[in-house]
Amino acid sequence: MSDNCLVKEETYPARFLSKLTMGMSMSEYARKLVTPFNVVAVIILSVGLPLIGLRFYSGLATVTHASNEYPWSILLGWGLFSGVPLSGTGYVMATAVYIFGFRKYHPLVRLGVLTGFMGYLFAVIYLLIDIGRPWRIYYPMAVSFGPTSVLFLVAWHVSTYLTVQLLEFSPAILEWINARRTRKWAILITVGMTIGGVILSTLHQSALGALFLMAPGKLHPLWYSPFIPVFFFISSIYAGLCMVIVVSTVASRFLKEKADDQFLGSLDGLTVGLGKAACVVMFVYFALRMVGVAHDDNWSLLLSSSYGYWFLTEILLFVLLPCIVLTVGFKRNSATLVRVGAFHAIAGVILTRLNISILMFNWNLPGHFHAIVPPIREVFIVLSIITLHILIFRWILNRMPVMREDPAYADDPH
Amino acid sequence: MDKPVKDAGGGSKRGEGKDGKFTVNRRDFLRGVAVVGGAAFLGSPADALASRELTGWPDRVGMLTDLTECVGCRTCESACNAANGLPAPEVPFDEKSVFERKRRPTASAYTVVNRYGNAKGSGNPIYRKVQCNHCEEPSCASACPVRAYTKTPEGPVLYDKDVCFGCRYCMVACPYYAPAYDYESALEPRVVKCTMCHGRIKAGGIPACAGSCPVGAITFGNRTKLLKIARERIRKFPDRYVDQVYGEFEAGGTSWMYLSGIPFGELDFPTNLPRKPIVENTRGFLSAVPLVLTLWPALLGLCYTANRNKEEKG
Repeated sequence: MSDNCLVKEETYPARFLSKLTMGMSMSEYARKLVTPFNVVAVIILSVGLPLIGLRFYSGLATVTHASNEYPWSILLGWGLFSGVPLSGTGYVMATAVYIFGFRKYHPLVRLGVLTGFMGYLFAVIYLLIDIGRPWRIYYPMAVSFGPTSVLFLVAWHVSTYLTVQLLEFSPAILEWINARRTRKWAILITVGMTIGGVILSTLHQSALGALFLMAPGKLHPLWYSPFIPVFFFISSIYAGLCMVIVVSTVASRFLKEKADDQFLGSLDGLTVGLGKAACVVMFVYFALRMVGVAHDDNWSLLLSSSYGYWFLTEILLFVLLPCIVLTVGFKRNSATLVRVGAFHAIAGVILTRLNISILMFNWNLPGHFHAIVPPIREVFIVLSIITLHILIFRWILNRMPVMREDPAYADDPH
Repeated sequence: MDKPVKDAGGGSKRGEGKDGKFTVNRRDFLRGVAVVGGAAFLGSPADALASRELTGWPDRVGMLTDLTECVGCRTCESACNAANGLPAPEVPFDEKSVFERKRRPTASAYTVVNRYGNAKGSGNPIYRKVQCNHCEEPSCASACPVRAYTKTPEGPVLYDKDVCFGCRYCMVACPYYAPAYDYESALEPRVVKCTMCHGRIKAGGIPACAGSCPVGAITFGNRTKLLKIARERIRKFPDRYVDQVYGEFEAGGTSWMYLSGIPFGELDFPTNLPRKPIVENTRGFLSAVPLVLTLWPALLGLCYTANRNKEEKG
């Protein structure tokens, strides 16, 4: 960091404080914090955080519509089932760069890994609010084993992968706090961690889909398929690729001064490349979904009810259409069009996950559509966690070398 | 084939690795490796699968509910409430107005009786008792990541609140919507469901609901014998019953079985369940896990090596 040489004689706490305030004095820093975005964030948090407190004071029933028929509400439908595929950013980028040797994508690796790590971290936070006894969350790992359960697998892999991603991201943290020797060790394990990350991602991304294999009949036949683990895994690949496009677009726009010229200069080219990769995966995914319909011979369901039309909406407007946008985007070498396609594709991934975990779950129960509308309190809890997510993400991007290379470490390979 | 038996009280420890579930996993693993190795000589996967066929315990018990006998008196609900020390109901047990809407078991009622119109037109409504059906191979138990559920050799499926952390996957997995959850409890919520009065059965008694039924609509006994009784009734009175014992095969079979005069679908019984246990649907996926664990490092390592060299040259 540029201010390192200036603070050499200062005491350690003062140096650390200056790291936290990004070299500004406290009053200067406090003044800089008053922005329209932060004001909105504080308003959301001041409503949402007390509601989270209320959940731990008077039970889930006061803040969610979760019921005996619908045990999983948007806390998990959004936080876990949508959040985890969008956090595929870490494993797709690390694999592309470190395993497949696409070195030119290196500027995007740290952003991808950080997005992934934060996504998993917050998935766990949603989970901690939703589960009945959150302090027992380690029970599947240490107290009582249920190896026939797909959720057992998810618990193990998500927790291990969270650690793996923290290790993968650790060089950035270590550069920030100037721990040069430890950073060397952290760099050494990169390839091992990446391979470990792909294994864990393959398994738990698909396992999230496999969870629903235990609910035949409850999930609408158009969405229930023996291939559902494969669907979840393949879509997490393009979700990760598109999410890198989305996050880098947003971050480079709002935190431009935190990115170096190499990042900003290569971004458009890399975006187009990622879009190309994503649309190839999406075509495969689209074909697989069609194979799924064919495998169970569900063709007749497609045009016979509103569920069928909804399925077609999902598959045509939220898979095929963004895929075509991405294709046109990379054919014309247009980063803008690729970005539009990426946002669209992400919306599609979220829609699919919500369809499976909430909208099409218990489709045959009477009063189904009434039961799936979330109460305003739960919406505010979700909004406030999203806000926290963004705030912490921004906090890290502001301080650590994520979208830039630390000049002090430019010569070290990583 | 063997299902593990865990004492309801004791948490499972690592040392239990010798029991059934771990063995099955190891077998899955070996089978997977055998398939990949092309080792048809070692025995075909079909054999391994056949050896896992569900047999259950020969002397397990069951409950046969004859819906053509039930008069909707709700005595079973009241007996269940008393036997399990549940809170007093909002509406008294002799109140018939509860039938105006469909109820389901909740955290304070292990069983409920619902009323249905009789499509046969004889004028008498049909009553259906709802509770946990105590599957032969319970989805809740195989879905539970902390093994909070135990299928006892006697038949009942028991829940252990001491290891449960409240993920509610059991409720997602149960095809009968049986487990209820304590949503009102902030910090100590439990999953709640019928225990089939396991304590009473162990002590040589019979479940409270069966014992209290004034018209004998619920028969308690050896499951195999109950099936014979059910078949015999259908044979003797073909006009009275539909030709199906619900629970004989559904999702691998249940301890709780039903006879009905009208098709079960009209009484909100799920009719789209597979005949095999639902956990079979995840077997393929779980078998693939060790393959990914072993193949991915090799393949990715290979990729890495190849591309690293390319990188050095370039």
